[in-house]
Amino acid sequence: MTSYVIRQAKVLGVKVADIAVEDGVITAIGKDLTVDGATEVEAKGLVALPGLVDLHTHVREPGREDAETVLSGSKAAARGGFTCVHAMANTDPVADTAGVVEQVWRLGREGGYCDVQPVGAVTIGLGGEQLAELGAMADSAATVRVFSDDGKCVSDAVIMRRALEYVKAFDGVIAQHAQEPRLTEGAQMNEGPLSGELGLTGWPAVAEEAIVARDVLLAEHVGSRLHVCHLSTRGSVEIVRWAKSRGINVTAEVTPHHLLLTDDLVRSYDPIYKVNPPLRSDDDVQAVREGLADGTIDIVATDHAPHPMEDKECEWSAAAFGMLGLETALSVVQQTMVDTGLLTWAQVADKMSVKPAEIGRVHNQGRPLEVGEPANLVLVDPGVTRLIDARNTASLSRNNPYAGLTLPGEVVATFLRGRPTVSDRALVEAVTV
Amino acid sequence: MIKHLLSAGDLNREDAVRILDTAEELLGVASRPIKKLPTLRGRTVVNLFFEDSTRTRISFEAAAKRLSADVINFSAKGSSVSKGESLKDTALTLQAMGADAVVVRHHNSGAPHRLAHAKWTKGAVINAGDGTHEHPTQALLDAFTMRRHLGDLEGKNITIVGDVLHSRVARSNVLLLDTLGANVTIVAPPTLLPVGVEKWPVETSYDLDTSIEKADAIMMLRVQSERMKASFFPSAREYSRRYGLDTARMNRLPDHAIVMHPGPMNRGMEITADVADDARSVIVEQVTNGVAVRMAVLYLLLGGAAQDETFDPIEETE
Repeated sequence: MTSYVIRQAKVLGVKVADIAVEDGVITAIGKDLTVDGATEVEAKGLVALPGLVDLHTHVREPGREDAETVLSGSKAAARGGFTCVHAMANTDPVADTAGVVEQVWRLGREGGYCDVQPVGAVTIGLGGEQLAELGAMADSAATVRVFSDDGKCVSDAVIMRRALEYVKAFDGVIAQHAQEPRLTEGAQMNEGPLSGELGLTGWPAVAEEAIVARDVLLAEHVGSRLHVCHLSTRGSVEIVRWAKSRGINVTAEVTPHHLLLTDDLVRSYDPIYKVNPPLRSDDDVQAVREGLADGTIDIVATDHAPHPMEDKECEWSAAAFGMLGLETALSVVQQTMVDTGLLTWAQVADKMSVKPAEIGRVHNQGRPLEVGEPANLVLVDPGVTRLIDARNTASLSRNNPYAGLTLPGEVVATFLRGRPTVSDRALVEAVTV
Repeated sequence: MIKHLLSAGDLNREDAVRILDTAEELLGVASRPIKKLPTLRGRTVVNLFFEDSTRTRISFEAAAKRLSADVINFSAKGSSVSKGESLKDTALTLQAMGADAVVVRHHNSGAPHRLAHAKWTKGAVINAGDGTHEHPTQALLDAFTMRRHLGDLEGKNITIVGDVLHSRVARSNVLLLDTLGANVTIVAPPTLLPVGVEKWPVETSYDLDTSIEKADAIMMLRVQSERMKASFFPSAREYSRRYGLDTARMNRLPDHAIVMHPGPMNRGMEITADVADDARSVIVEQVTNGVAVRMAVLYLLLGGAAQDETFDPIEETE
């Protein structure tokens, strides 16, 4: 296997050092390293972070390979600096059996661009009525630990309680898409003054907060582990903060788009901004930024949701929910959290690599940049800005809400177990496993 | 003048008054033996109706034809739309046929906005009612009707009663009446007022009885009885008792006040038959005025005015 010496990277944005990578492992960190036959990687001015881990990615395989395959999603992930993504269960067929999760896991391995860790459905067919075979998925080759009906809420309180209890047997976690279904029938956008003005059915904050509140209490009652997906409102932040202060075992994620974009974009009626949960108010954006900064929100997760063009080039109510996120996540986090002084790069590493791997129980990802650790790392150039172009993507879809914006930071290189998946700011074609 | 008419909020006071004044001139055409002007000869107006609305469609059709435009009626039923054709492809098709104006009625809020701004069509887009968003020409014909009875609307008190939450008529009326300087009060059960209504330029009330005496015009909105099933109110009878306009309430209106309804009415629900047919009711007149107002909108948007600011649609024919 090829060896690399990464020259003068700023490790976690703090200390400038060379990093030697041999046989997929970090073998040395220090000044003026020499490794025989190693490829030199110039990294002056670049920040080295552990390979990013996404706890919330939608690849559309099996079922909608026109929108995204495991391979295309993996490539997009690599371009975004990710070395591991969790593939959500709402495929067709749903990832509710050992067979489907093993297929997705295997496709990820074969692609070689990043580890694809499948998320198992909580209930059969995401139907919310009967538990899927969670144990079989946990025991499969994919070793599923995260279970979610994402896209749908496990709204039945008894099913949610049982799921929380049941996954304790194998240290699993239920990742809840918090959306009270009756309060959000036909919902199209954040409920507020603008939904009233635009005549679009509102998705009220209380529909999220009511479920978050119920679930933290359930998690406390049964002594299990709860993860809140894509938390989007000030009220949810406050409930999670309260739950943590009580010692409840809850973690939470926020998406890049909820850190940056607000509901006033809906005024254009352009469904590129249609997402679930919806873009919220400026006050909510401030609240999730604060929550991420003070540790109430543990991680950033993309909710990368590819959709074919025809599902976005239509009228708002007919359009699909969701936006791309893997290739822009780090830039959005830099703009909203690092450049604003709310987070250091070391904290970004914690929230986009260490913690998500911990929540997902992925043991060889999210490791510190230290000698002897697997060489999963990303080199970021924080000093450049780039104009986002929806066509410049490895994804099969183009529903990029940042198109036309200028965002800071660019991924220069991504290493997965010592092999570059991105090099010189471009995807490495034909990665060999 | 604006290029498209998507929202009543697109109109500033000058534009709105210009449309109303033009409509006033055009109203005379309807009473002539030959109800036709050559103003839009050679222009093509497409009525693109994704939602059934015979009243609005024929009103636009009559307006366009009286201005001598070629009219193409495109309704979703029985067309390629019912076979799954997208809004985009429909728009591209109409563009290829050379539509100068597209009058669009759609069940989804914002569909006309998409047509106008996604560059799928070059023609002027006129919103003929989109979802629960807006219906600007209805607001214009309502304002036109009020102006004929009440004079300048500056300072006039207009009370709008009913399902504001789901009403595109209410949204457009609030915006236009505010532009024209009227004082608007909306009356509805709290369940049928949208979140954020406190930011609208209106007063709100949950009580119809306290909102009647000062009204110069009262506009009753259609309330669909299906709303009852979704628990917006307990029963049609309770709604009718609390928010319906009956003779007793009508008799408490000032003498000069008029009763309006955008139609179609639910007689016995938001308005009793006696009130609907009373001399104070201007409901049928609203329909007549609709044609004149839509003629004015088509005329002003299709560039009759843009080419020559002093151009007069009536004089040219005489």
